[in-house]
Amino acid sequence: MAKNTSSNVFRTLDVDQFNEDNYKEENDTDPAALGPNDSLITSLLAANKPVEALTHLLSGATLGIKDQAARTASLTLAMRVLMAIKVSQIDDAVAQLDNESRDVLMKFIYRGFEVPNEGSSAHLLVWHEKVFTVAGVGSIVRVLTDKKRV
Amino acid sequence: MTTVHNFGVSPISCHSWSGDRKSLALSQNSNEVTLFSSSGSDWKQTGLLDQHDLRVTSIDWAPKTNRIVTCSSDRNAYVWVLDDNNVWKKTLVLLRINRAATCVRWSPEENKFAVGSGAKIISICYHEKEFDGWVSKHIKKPMQSTVTSIDWHPNNILIAAGSTDFKVRVFSSFVKDVEARPSPTEWGSKMPMGYLMKEFSNSSAGGGWVHAVSFSPDGSKLAWAGHDSSISVADAANDMLVMKLKTNLLPMCSLTWIRPNTIAAAGHNCVPYTFIVESDAVKLGSAMEEDKKKESSGKTSAMDLFKNKDKLGQNELETKLNFTHQKQIAEIRIVGGQKGDVDTFSTCSLDGKIVVWNLKTLAGQMKGLKI
Repeated sequence: MAKNTSSNVFRTLDVDQFNEDNYKEENDTDPAALGPNDSLITSLLAANKPVEALTHLLSGATLGIKDQAARTASLTLAMRVLMAIKVSQIDDAVAQLDNESRDVLMKFIYRGFEVPNEGSSAHLLVWHEKVFTVAGVGSIVRVLTDKKRV
Repeated sequence: MTTVHNFGVSPISCHSWSGDRKSLALSQNSNEVTLFSSSGSDWKQTGLLDQHDLRVTSIDWAPKTNRIVTCSSDRNAYVWVLDDNNVWKKTLVLLRINRAATCVRWSPEENKFAVGSGAKIISICYHEKEFDGWVSKHIKKPMQSTVTSIDWHPNNILIAAGSTDFKVRVFSSFVKDVEARPSPTEWGSKMPMGYLMKEFSNSSAGGGWVHAVSFSPDGSKLAWAGHDSSISVADAANDMLVMKLKTNLLPMCSLTWIRPNTIAAAGHNCVPYTFIVESDAVKLGSAMEEDKKKESSGKTSAMDLFKNKDKLGQNELETKLNFTHQKQIAEIRIVGGQKGDVDTFSTCSLDGKIVVWNLKTLAGQMKGLKI
């Protein structure tokens, strides 16, 4: 077969480094607030008050944290809270939230879809439907456009 | 009531009306701009501006001086003037950009126009007599990405630009050779060329391209539509307070002020919506069209019903949207009246239609519509 005799070392170069035109992300410093009070939420869950746990979780959630471990931890906590709330309680829980919290909730729901456990997706789908009826397509658009992920 | 003008099946990417509203310039997602004149209820093609090599991205027709400016992805803009033989002749514009031009707007006095581009530059163009063409001055800093939309302040100097770097900025475009020094406004008093008066971020969560910007009729407020399905209004007279409404709808692509405190916006929802601007918040008004639910024809035979169920999985194939426009609306333009006091406005859409909305009759018809 024909042998490639020319150098293709250039393929290992990152051309974007040399292009001054690139859009540089604003390097925001990590958000100062460390996120919701984990112990408070776990204690509320243990005390069988998952709806309150949800309100605390959502109002305290910080977007744009760069530390992956922290993000995974907050996702695991969020999933625990969402699974703890029974289907019949979801409607009330969603109605109690304000618009900002609903947007954050939708972001958690989609992140939950990304890492499915047994039975989690089905429950998340019910959550998704309930939040969608209240918050509309706009909340889903914001999951996609907001650069600061939950 | 709405009047629907059908121009075929190609999407209409941009349009602009002549000063007397009898002629319409539009581009159907191609490198040509077609001019139509209305004679009664029909539209006759009266001109073709076909100098561009690539897709025409924006058209603006100056009402007082009757000049058309077009800009395109081919990094050019042309100013077209009607000569004595009723033929549109192009004039050269030196934009000096190395990326596509995305939007163009005449200034209120029509002695300058601004072109936004993918080169992260806004070109302010004015006519140079000796050169007999349009030369440009650049506004560069601090834009970091493509400029998507431009709107002029009534004082002919300030410009608002929305960009894909998630920010809205107000610049001064003062050109010494063309105009007198402006008097101070709510946006600031120093206004040298290219000076950034104010910068607004679309979202604290850091996202959403800005699709459209519009100054209020008196220039004290600036409204913009972001891709995060939000409408925001900044009030310069009220200490730069930014009021943001995150809607439940799909993102809007274009907006304008129809009353001193009411905005009409349209976009991916295929129907215009009104937004009421109060002193500290923006509220959703209503859609300008009711969902026209088709009654299913009761005459489908049982065989057709089961055939459809088998083939399609549902009883009937409903592909039509329940609105006049079938695809997203690209642009809103004022037809009758002016900003802040609009009687009729038009929307052009990717379904090939231009629909003219008459606010007076709509307000009478739709009880929920508050204008």
